[in-house]
Amino acid sequence: MTDNWEPVVIAYLCHFCSYSAADLAGSMRLEYAPNVRISKLMCTGKVDAQFILKAFEDGADAVMVSGCEEGDCHYLEGNLRAKKRIAHVKSLLKEVGLEPERVEMYNIGASDAPKFVRAVNEMTERARKLGPNPLKKKENTVPA
Amino acid sequence: MIIAERKPFDEIKQEILNYKKVLVLGCGTCVSVCMAGGEKEVELLATELRMAAKIAGKELVVDEMTVQRQCDKEYVEAVIEKAAQYDVVLSMACGAGVQFVAKTIEPAIVMPAVNTKFIGVCEAEGVWAERCRACGNCMLAEYGGICPVTMCSKGLLNGPCGGAKNDKCEASQEKDCAWVLIYNRLKAQGKLDNLRKFTGARNYTFQASPSKQVNEAYVRPELAVKK
Repeated sequence: MTDNWEPVVIAYLCHFCSYSAADLAGSMRLEYAPNVRISKLMCTGKVDAQFILKAFEDGADAVMVSGCEEGDCHYLEGNLRAKKRIAHVKSLLKEVGLEPERVEMYNIGASDAPKFVRAVNEMTERARKLGPNPLKKKENTVPA
Repeated sequence: MIIAERKPFDEIKQEILNYKKVLVLGCGTCVSVCMAGGEKEVELLATELRMAAKIAGKELVVDEMTVQRQCDKEYVEAVIEKAAQYDVVLSMACGAGVQFVAKTIEPAIVMPAVNTKFIGVCEAEGVWAERCRACGNCMLAEYGGICPVTMCSKGLLNGPCGGAKNDKCEASQEKDCAWVLIYNRLKAQGKLDNLRKFTGARNYTFQASPSKQVNEAYVRPELAVKK
């Protein structure tokens, strides 16, 4: 399984900043790890611990949540709420027996496509170092 | 409402160690509002248990169910049929709910997943504070709506102990002195005279354990208490 294994990184991005940064990365023809699967939300304040646990239960190797820069949230403090929630999820992962480093919170402004690229590459590399999620079902393995 | 907090994950895992089919049963009232054992917390705990079991290579079926109230017969009876399919029911209700479910589905095994803490209020998002000890003889009328039984660390009924510093309790600097609060409230209400009254020793028979409350107006005739 490890031979063909490529990490799957789930990214929850907010509509107003981080998703726009991802969009801009495309327009700028920036290259980043193809391992990321993006899910757009109106705000990272919507991210629930269950979204992230479920992603891991279904085999994700890493999850990144990215909102607006602190102080710039379109909904004022959704990203600050997400930050707290991610800290909580890290403790839940530890309880369960997964590495807390598999989840991370980022803040990426709409015009900061290079930061988005760095974040995706960083999470992909991190997942690669940590190895496959032990909960991954064999049939879910991503072909090389 | 009743405030509870989820037990440590390791303790919950230990409780269900010898079982293979678990029903995590939430309660949609108090513990739901204090985010300890409602539908959402049931979902989280069940997911955590499934994940931990899979990582440990253990076979474990964990399903979820939440009823409106685990302290109410009509809601708990709806659990009987479903619970019969599991080795253990992990109740996320307060202690009353756990006991009521255990009695209703007897002799099935019911385990608690939360620690019941107190009767309290929600002060802010994620912050709950105790306000009532259920002493059975409410004296709030005398104390401007601040309960010395609950809010004073020593439960004093006739004035402060004298240990308060900067309006804080000598038992903990994080707690307000209940008697400073009572004095200020009564002063604002123009009822400082209340403090001249002497309150006798508390009558603990009001708090007989286990207590029971019957409202005859609502008791069905066949169940009515014969006098």
